[in-house]
Amino acid sequence: MFDNVFGIHERALYAAADRVSVLATNIANADTPNYKARDYDFAAALSDATQGGDLTLTRTHVGHLAIGGQGGAPGELKYRIPFQPSLDGNTVEAPVEQAKFAENAVRFQTSLDFINRSIATLQTAMTGQ
Amino acid sequence: MSLLGIFDISGSAMNAESMRLNVTASNLANADSVAPSAQAAYRSRHPVFATRLREFSANPELDEPGVGVRVLDVIQSQAAPAKRYQPDHPLADATGYVYGSNVNPVEELTNMISASRSFQGNVEVMTTARELVLKTLTLGH
Repeated sequence: MFDNVFGIHERALYAAADRVSVLATNIANADTPNYKARDYDFAAALSDATQGGDLTLTRTHVGHLAIGGQGGAPGELKYRIPFQPSLDGNTVEAPVEQAKFAENAVRFQTSLDFINRSIATLQTAMTGQ
Repeated sequence: MSLLGIFDISGSAMNAESMRLNVTASNLANADSVAPSAQAAYRSRHPVFATRLREFSANPELDEPGVGVRVLDVIQSQAAPAKRYQPDHPLADATGYVYGSNVNPVEELTNMISASRSFQGNVEVMTTARELVLKTLTLGH
């Protein structure tokens, strides 16, 4: 009954937490020569995470292998295409990364808020007050 | 990779940037120092940054995102030191020349601004990560 109580937000929280560290790495390596900025495609990662959870095949024979079911790959890390490549081969653009970081932090807090509300709703239902 | 790893990533970057500030300070402090020969003249130093690989990870070949930065080396500039004719200088060589440093103050100052901006960016990242972790801790309260 409580398996899917937080809906999409549980997986969104995982995706956002992963992405925070990728963006932090980009900002940390803002001055490293030849470092290539990386990022997840958030929408693709989320749809992977949600669809992967429901993806099961019907097995009509005992010899069929069971696939899918557990999570699935959380999207692939891709390299960012810079607006203005720099001479030292670094593709980190500080304003872009900071904007993405702020956006991701908001996504994280949103998911956290939704989960908090779900918990509050359940607590209200349990205590009946 | 958990949110707590961000303190490590941003911390390594802050360490590297403060090293860069230190080297800049050393260069600026020695901008006007002189020496009796071209070999002994002060040469401006510059740190070289490299992405810190996850050497001690259980799966080093795994393409994990959480990597910090480290100072690979500090290199010395190969530009020629400034040669000045000052026969009355106590450090002048037999031909009357003294050799100043090859520090370019404009380059050093822009380096300093860049380093301090990057440092601030990492502090912001750390502050945000701290907030997110603390909010996660109070989940359900």
